[in-house]
Amino acid sequence: MSQTTLQAALARTKADGRAALIGYLPAGFPDPDSSIKVIEAMVEGGCDVVEVGLPYSDPTMDGPTIQRAADTALAAGTTPPDVLRVVEATAATGAAALVMTYWNPVERYGPDRFCADLAAAGGAGAITPDLIPEEADEWLAATDAAGLDRVFLVAPSSSDERLRLTARASRGFVYAASLMGVTGTRAQVSGTAEKLVARTRDAIGDGGGLPVCVGLGISNRSQAAEVAAYADGVIAGAGFCQRVLDAPDLETGISAVRSFAEELALGVRAGRS
Amino acid sequence: MPSETPDPSRSEHPDARGHFGRYGGRFSPEALVAALDQVAEEWEKAKNDPGFRAELDALLRDYTGRPSLLTEAPRFAEHCGGARVLLKREDLNHTGSHKINNVLGQALLTKRMGKTRVIAETGAGQHGVATATACALMGLSCVIYMGEEDTRRQALNVARMRLLGAEVVPVSVGSRTLKDAINEAFRDWVANVENTHYLFGTVAGPHPFPALVRDLHYVIGEEARSQVLDLTGRLPDAVAACVGGGSNAMGAFAAFIPDTGVGLYGFEAGGDGVTTTRHAAAISGGAPGVFHGARTYVLQDTYGQTLPSHSISAGLDYPAVGPEHAWLADSGRVTYRAVTDAQAMEAFRLLSRTEGIIPAIESAHALAGVRELGAELGPEGVIVVNLSGRGDKDVDTAATYFGLVDGGEDGSGESA
Ligand SMILES: Cc1ncc(COP(=O)(O)O)c(C=O)c1O
Repeated sequence: MSQTTLQAALARTKADGRAALIGYLPAGFPDPDSSIKVIEAMVEGGCDVVEVGLPYSDPTMDGPTIQRAADTALAAGTTPPDVLRVVEATAATGAAALVMTYWNPVERYGPDRFCADLAAAGGAGAITPDLIPEEADEWLAATDAAGLDRVFLVAPSSSDERLRLTARASRGFVYAASLMGVTGTRAQVSGTAEKLVARTRDAIGDGGGLPVCVGLGISNRSQAAEVAAYADGVIAGAGFCQRVLDAPDLETGISAVRSFAEELALGVRAGRS
Repeated sequence: MPSETPDPSRSEHPDARGHFGRYGGRFSPEALVAALDQVAEEWEKAKNDPGFRAELDALLRDYTGRPSLLTEAPRFAEHCGGARVLLKREDLNHTGSHKINNVLGQALLTKRMGKTRVIAETGAGQHGVATATACALMGLSCVIYMGEEDTRRQALNVARMRLLGAEVVPVSVGSRTLKDAINEAFRDWVANVENTHYLFGTVAGPHPFPALVRDLHYVIGEEARSQVLDLTGRLPDAVAACVGGGSNAMGAFAAFIPDTGVGLYGFEAGGDGVTTTRHAAAISGGAPGVFHGARTYVLQDTYGQTLPSHSISAGLDYPAVGPEHAWLADSGRVTYRAVTDAQAMEAFRLLSRTEGIIPAIESAHALAGVRELGAELGPEGVIVVNLSGRGDKDVDTAATYFGLVDGGEDGSGESA
């Protein structure tokens, strides 16, 4: 199978001796066209990879900030075809585009059709926060057929056996949740993240080479640097949404998003120096 | 599809991963898997532990008041085609509904797991009240999530939970009803799973909740089966129950599933009618999907977004249904029908006036269904209907609905 744009991006940042910066935004937030502009600013500011969220009515893994962003996107009428359009625009910036989606919208769309359309839009794959490998037979087959990455999550509570199971099922990277909780910015990155990354690398084993990226709670440059010291990628989401929510108008929001990406981009470059 | 939907009366279900045929399973974040495994393992041990069973049985007898009665309702039956109607009186349980059966079992399980804090969702407030009650009894700290909309509809139950020492958190995101309260409880659980048990209130959610909650309500049908045999010398023709998430119905049905001559009927909340957009009938008017951790029937749009549900009864106002019901529906072992708000309210008043029993509006959906069933079965028929709760909490709704407030009547006061 040829390399996906995600795999290429993570190989490039690794060769540069740094962690990748991965930014998240729900497609359609604050509306479909504006979300493309926000994502362009994220990439200009230094995001190597963008997670394009598929807004869902019942986001049980998200805290209040991303819930509000997703609700706004749904209220703006955002549908999976809009999400695919945002993916296409994201891929056109040169950043790798991944979809982040709860499972039911994919099941409803049809996993095979979803993967085919995502690949056609230039997407590299998808992250599925409420799908565990045991329930993923159809998803494994669909992503294999389309040559897409599939990112599963591990958590501080995952047993070693489950880390191995999840690592085996994942392609692109493994998403390590830094803490037990939902998305949202935190004052501190929990100490459990580093341990989880080490345990996940053990589970991946030698020669696996599968990257491990860390998300949940990362909201400033020093946290990004701290995580970049031991992870292959640093994932930030709520911080971007918050800047758009707080801004009096879209232009101000977009420039705040760009500066935030620049700040985090400095962090991921400082991590190993 | 015989291979997809094996005969429920002959198989062990669910499978080890919580599947009922193609339904059920565990669609939840990895962070919760360890906790779900712990609940599943602990329940496997507890249910086979004579000490645990004895403790739970003693509570059910001395605290809840089990066994609950099976009451014949002859005057109500006159409006049901003359079939014999037997009410399984879960309304007489302490706290006023079947919910206490599940709650006491899970509260004991919480202590067994060494956890000290309990969270739960509630719609009508019945599960919240039952949970707050069990936590008071067992010295557990208790937080109840309730949609803001429901805290208004069921203000008295909010006060009741607070009296019992629980913290009630109104949920003001999404549609502000039961489904959003469940979302919020899952968010709490992920963050506090170390010391917290999520005491789930119905047979929905990720494995093991559908099986665990069903097992804890099994007693309903088990008692009813021997009571109806004592009373009539035979098995009933039909067992009927209302279906929200589906716990009282699974409890009523489970012991009868192997009795293939007994028809099983679940009545969903039809709201304004299943052909409108205002109902909560997931099986009659929804489609298979994944919701709140399980594959099951759910009200959803073409893109898989959950649709808002509607029912006059807060306890049935839920856009999905437990996965075992989805499986029983596909297999044909249970028949599911929808009952409208208007039909339910008519049955609510009818039981009140003919038998002197004010039912919960949830249970009134089953009673309305029985009126139809009775007409189908005729005078030879025997029907057991699960009266899942009492109507004290619904007096406000009924007073408004029937215009009973200023001593008024609604004009249609035909004597029943
Ligand atoms: C009296 C009563 N019956 C039925 C229900 C519906 O729940 P389930 O379908 O799980 O029995 C409720 C829920 O609050 C209830 O209070």
